[in-house]
Amino acid sequence: MSETKNITVHLKVWRQKRNEKKGRFESYTVKDVSTDSSFLEMLDLLNEDLTKSGKEPLEFDSDCREGICGTCGLVINGVAHGPQQAIATCQLHMRKFKDGETLTIEPFRAKPFTPIKDLIVDRSAFDRIISKGGYVSTNAGSPQDANAILIPKKNSDLAMDAASCIGCGACVAACPNASASLFTSAKISQYALLPQGQPEATRRASQMVDQMDLEGFGNCSNHGECEAVCPKQITIANIARMRREFFKAALRS
Amino acid sequence: MKLDAKIPGGQLETKWSSYKSQLKLVNPANKRKHELIVVGTGLAGGAAAASLGELGYKVKNFCIQDSPRRAHSIAAQGGINASKNYQNDGDSIWRLFYDTIKGGDFRGREANTYRLAELSANIIDQCVAQGVPFAREYGGLLANRSFGGAQVSRTFYARGQTGQQLLLGAYGSLMRQVDAGNVEMYPRREMLDVVLIDGKARGIICRNLITGELERYVGDAVILCTGGYSPVYYLSTNAVNSNVTAAWRCHKKGAVMANPCYTQIHPTCIPQEGDHQSKLTLMSESLRNDGRVWVPKKENDSRKASGIPENERDYFLERKYPSFGNLVPRDIASRNAKEVCDENKGVGSTRRAVFLDFEEAIGRLGENVIAERYGNLFDMYQNLTGENPYKTPMMIYPAPHYTMGGLWVDYNLQSTIPGLHVLGEANFSDHGANRLGASALMQGLADGYFVIPYTIGSFLASTELPKVDTSHDAFNESENDIKQTVNKLLSIKGGKTVRELHRELGYLMLDKVGMARDKEGLEETIEKIPKIREEFWNNINVPGSSDDLNKSLEMAGRLADFLELGELMARDALNREESCGGHFRTEYMTEEGEALRNDKDFTHVSAWEYQGEGKPHVLHKEELEFDRVTPSQRSYK
Ligand SMILES: Cc1cc2nc3c(=O)[nH]c(=O)nc-3n(C[C@H](O)[C@H](O)[C@H](O)COP(=O)(O)OP(=O)(O)OC[C@H]3O[C@@H](n4cnc5c(N)ncnc54)[C@H](O)[C@@H]3O)c2cc1C
Repeated sequence: MSETKNITVHLKVWRQKRNEKKGRFESYTVKDVSTDSSFLEMLDLLNEDLTKSGKEPLEFDSDCREGICGTCGLVINGVAHGPQQAIATCQLHMRKFKDGETLTIEPFRAKPFTPIKDLIVDRSAFDRIISKGGYVSTNAGSPQDANAILIPKKNSDLAMDAASCIGCGACVAACPNASASLFTSAKISQYALLPQGQPEATRRASQMVDQMDLEGFGNCSNHGECEAVCPKQITIANIARMRREFFKAALRS
Repeated sequence: MKLDAKIPGGQLETKWSSYKSQLKLVNPANKRKHELIVVGTGLAGGAAAASLGELGYKVKNFCIQDSPRRAHSIAAQGGINASKNYQNDGDSIWRLFYDTIKGGDFRGREANTYRLAELSANIIDQCVAQGVPFAREYGGLLANRSFGGAQVSRTFYARGQTGQQLLLGAYGSLMRQVDAGNVEMYPRREMLDVVLIDGKARGIICRNLITGELERYVGDAVILCTGGYSPVYYLSTNAVNSNVTAAWRCHKKGAVMANPCYTQIHPTCIPQEGDHQSKLTLMSESLRNDGRVWVPKKENDSRKASGIPENERDYFLERKYPSFGNLVPRDIASRNAKEVCDENKGVGSTRRAVFLDFEEAIGRLGENVIAERYGNLFDMYQNLTGENPYKTPMMIYPAPHYTMGGLWVDYNLQSTIPGLHVLGEANFSDHGANRLGASALMQGLADGYFVIPYTIGSFLASTELPKVDTSHDAFNESENDIKQTVNKLLSIKGGKTVRELHRELGYLMLDKVGMARDKEGLEETIEKIPKIREEFWNNINVPGSSDDLNKSLEMAGRLADFLELGELMARDALNREESCGGHFRTEYMTEEGEALRNDKDFTHVSAWEYQGEGKPHVLHKEELEFDRVTPSQRSYK
């Protein structure tokens, strides 16, 4: 809203047909982009142009467009979710870019994230990791009153920090080893910090970590790239906590 | 067709508990033999699929997104109501019930609304047991805040991410059932039809959104939890994939659509920045707890907010509604914002915005407290607009947000198609003509965790369900119809894009079937929409092919349905010659300019039955009976 202007951007975009082994970069120019518009709205404009000129639009995933559903995820100029920290791709605005700038746009690349089409990849491995323990095993029914267990505000705040993970996969895309440790540890941490998570703590840690390995994610070697691109600023302190939980599990088994 | 809401007899307070204990049960060993189709993985669908899995049913669960965790419920910010009375401020089930039915302007069903208020407390217990990290006080107890339309503090929240945390709780339970083999997940699927066999909902057809294949699924019942349809307005706070398609296709197969014109236009959204933008960002209305809404008293005042002295500001909500002030229900807040902008007092570059100012609250509580309460919302605002709300007031404007209307359901949440149950925002049942803040999350979870697990059992135990499979003719027919439509869409290759026609429909809807409506405008809309529809079917350009991932094709299919729904919304609004809640007809208002109901002629649910292409819908009425509350003129003065 403040100091709006229209700019032109040149794009180098990764395009890959479905079932195609390898894709390629293609170049496009998008004109008359308001600096107040979002990055994805800029891509919508590109798609309008492509459609009108009889070409196939670019496929990319997005849904809520307010940074919470975790659906969108692009590598922009080499950085997952682009140049601005602590946001998802859909929250990135064109005022971050200069008139005439060239932007490179790629999908989140990692071996367990198989390409589907253009900028869309398969992240279902994340669901499978969660299915191995990313919950408290309680059926819908009549549990005790919600205030029966007191939880220190500090713990519940820390649990909330971890729980705010949106499962976008930027951490994996940024990691040189394609490790899913930040994602997995965020869930393990949330429950490790809460009394409700205690009964299953060790089982949870060992099963989720095993699944993570099974899916082909790499090991964490403390690069910290994950934390730098995380739209929710989840810290690698969670990975340390996950390791503690995992060793506790290993000791007990 | 006679609409029977199947409301159980007895006292309002004990209806649900005594009804529950009389419902037929399915024996545990038999549950495994029943396959259930749950469409949607939001709070309603996620909770339903997980709970039904826990009970031992075989569940198939579908969603459009690549993961069930991404359903649109994830975006809810502000909170969820429950009548826990933890704050000792006089809350009770009765009060939550009364606020909800009054907030809905006495156009909701007493029995459903009471049940919702009753179940609200269980929901909080359930979610805490799941490890949902709700906000807490230093003493370790749960924290609450107040929300629009209520005078007690009953809203539970997890920072500004309440929907996310509730959904992840449900999603966790769902994935646990997936791991246990009770639920099979089908993400990236779009349901395009419901399949009826012997008049009952026995299956669905989905398009696999990666391969484009049409897939058939069979079950003993279909539970539709596909969310709301406010993107019919193009501008909406909903996710870009939110749609009416699943509900509309069911409607065309016989499920009647209730109160389609009841829509909620949310007062606190970030104003649209350009035509290509359809998704508008909501700022949680919890901001109205501490923010003060105002505009300059002078028309066309282009001074900056800081340059406008106190006595030249009009805090119009505080002025007109002294007892509720900035916390009036959404419909009132929105309409008043529109009115002041219509009077040329709007602010910002488009002049379609009002200020939401935190200066006083920051002075009173300090920046830290404000940051603690709303930090992420402030950051979000700053990121979107480039302006710092700690220093300058936010600018907000109403945007379509929630649809109270939806498929008609009875007390068991069953539609007029036997076996087809509808939960969450997709049904019409609990919010009357206007939904109060923090009550949609409550409804979705109540429906999914605590209502359907009981009522579906009773349906299954009392219905003959002969074995059928996907080779049945009904599946063939349905699939052929879909194929034809898809091929038609791809073959037109006209001059307009989906987005262009969607915008055309949306702007028309917003202008004429939005915050304020009148006969002339509605008649005009009913005349214009068929023309847009005609242009759509003759001049749309849908690129790509059917056997591929093709989002343009998905959007085109959804727009085709919006183009039919929009007309019905206008008809419903025209037919309802009164104002109530979110439905405001300018011909019907009190001297003070408030919604003027006509209880004598319109204390009913308007339920519309589809008659076939080109034929007018038939209207059925479900009379609403108020045994325990007396409809009064809503007043928030
Ligand atoms: C920005 C925002 C903030 C909100 N904040 C609050 C709040 O603070 N408190 C509150 O109480 N309410 C809030 N609401 C309202 C509330 O979030 C929704 O009403 C509620 O979450 C809807 O839940 P649902 O389960 O009915 O549908 P949704 O969460 O919308 O889920 C719909 C599901 O159906 C699937 N689906 C849809 N169509 C198809 C199809 N054809 N085939 C297959 N699958 C399909 C989708 O993939 C998705 O899984 C907010 C809404 C918005 C937009």
